[in-house]
Amino acid sequence: MKIKALTAIAAVLLSAPAFVAADEDAELIVNGEIEMVTKTAAAPHLEGALDEVLSGWLFRADETQSLQADDFDNPGMIFVDQGMDDWGTVDGSEGKSCASCHGDVEDSMAGIRAEYPKWNDTAGEVRTMAQMINECRVDRMGAEAHGYTSAKMARMEALISVQSRGMPVNVAIDGPAADMWAQGKEMFYSRTGQLELSCASCHEENYGNRIRSDHLSQGHINGFPVYRLKNAKLTTPHGRFKGCVRDTRAQTYSPGSDDFVALELYVASRGNGLSVEGVSVRN
Amino acid sequence: MRLTTITLAATLTVAGVATAGTVAPGDVAFDEYGAVEMSLSGAAGDAVNGEKIMVTKSKGNCVACHAVSKLSYAPFHGEVGPQLDWAGDTWSQAELRGILANAKKTFEGSVMPAFYKVDGFVRPGKGYTGKAADGPLDPLLSAQDIEDVIAFLMTLKEE
Ligand code: HEC
Ligand code: HEC
Ligand code: HEC
Repeated sequence: MKIKALTAIAAVLLSAPAFVAADEDAELIVNGEIEMVTKTAAAPHLEGALDEVLSGWLFRADETQSLQADDFDNPGMIFVDQGMDDWGTVDGSEGKSCASCHGDVEDSMAGIRAEYPKWNDTAGEVRTMAQMINECRVDRMGAEAHGYTSAKMARMEALISVQSRGMPVNVAIDGPAADMWAQGKEMFYSRTGQLELSCASCHEENYGNRIRSDHLSQGHINGFPVYRLKNAKLTTPHGRFKGCVRDTRAQTYSPGSDDFVALELYVASRGNGLSVEGVSVRN
Repeated sequence: MRLTTITLAATLTVAGVATAGTVAPGDVAFDEYGAVEMSLSGAAGDAVNGEKIMVTKSKGNCVACHAVSKLSYAPFHGEVGPQLDWAGDTWSQAELRGILANAKKTFEGSVMPAFYKVDGFVRPGKGYTGKAADGPLDPLLSAQDIEDVIAFLMTLKEE
């Protein structure tokens, strides 16, 4: 009996690792000019976990992949345009727009998405991009905070992300961010819910495998916000996390909570080296 | 193997008559390899119903992770777990019962969920709502569901 169990385990181990996508060598070049790194050596902090990091784009069907290769085909780009309108629109008691202080989004926000979540000295804590947007809205514009995963937040994140497309994700995990990063790491490997699954159960142990109709990726957020064909709108990182935790039959965390900020920091850092792709297209 | 099965069948009949009761999730007796000898429901399994449970998303949803040729009529078989085409040859009923009740007792650290377990979870939710569970959890499958699935798995043999 014991031998049988061992053989079974060996068989599983043998069949699991090698990632076989339909077109593992597919290349993503957006608008014929932005060359995306969709596959690269994993950051040193992933030693023993992953050798290579692979963008979620690689795991999608050909038709979905090609939608992301041209902004005219990418249904998420319309939200970037809306975000651009918001950028220049005065809102709140101070009579300011984002542009009043940050000027041209293409200059001021280039590279921002690649480094967030990031330690903020003034606040004395790790901040997500969404939190920075709301801080500016509330404290500097006298405007209302956007809902953390709302459409308005998602499209502002989309606008800002697009300014970093093609740049490598480069999230700092050391210094004052180290504690929160460690918390996020622990969450990534914790099995939750009645199904007792961790992020790693699906996105580390089983990427490349199908779970029902879905092709499991490594669960990176370099493509966020993502446009999902399923519901024809943008999804933010915390929105996605919430769905994935819920699917383990667990009580989820709240978007914007310290828990999800820690998880975002850790998950973002796993994608270090991949290109910022947001706005990407997913099913 | 054959011997075990026959002995087991005999035990089952006896157990069925003697207890005719359901073993509670907390009382399941796993042996050192993770197998469970005694029927969980005290009754024999119904393979036809077992097959249904395996393809039903809200029940076993086994095909989400396992491919089974005999169930190829159901769409989207997963690849997270091994193909189950010969489960009835590979495993005894007692072993299958153990794998279903709590696969982690057979395969350490398995990602296969425990289908007959009601406590010891981190942040248990109320089904797939994302909200906290508001009372004791039911096992993912009932004792009889599990016996039914075992009965179906035992039909998965090389011709
Ligand atoms: C009154 C001036 C002002 C307005 C208006 C303003 N911001 Fe800011 N913003 C700042 C300042 C100052 C900082 C730096 C804060 C810090 O680092 O703690 C900042 C930081 C940021 C950052 C982080 C950038 C980085 O370098 O890390 C983002 C993102 C951002 N703002 C987005 C927005 C958006 C979107 C709007 C409009 C909804 C907006 N801001 C409106 C002044 C403003
Ligand atoms: C039961 C399996 C499962 C678990 C557990 C799970 N996910 Fe997912 N996740 C999926 C599936 C399926 C998808 C959609 C296909 C894909 O990209 O993997 C997905 C997608 C994602 C994506 C989007 C990737 C992209 O490129 O669009 C992220 C990010 C993600 N998951 C993060 C997480 C995190 C963080 C956790 C832990 C809190 C987690 N997931 C737990 C199944 C799971
Ligand atoms: C979340 C994915 C998942 C689900 C759902 C799932 N399993 Fe599994 N199962 C696995 C994995 C992975 C293994 C391999 C054992 C290990 O973890 O090493 C396995 C192993 C098995 C085995 C042993 C197979 C062998 O030959 O090694 C059987 C039998 C089995 N599962 C039956 C079922 C049945 C029946 C159901 C539905 C009631 C089910 N599984 C649901 C993931 C799953």
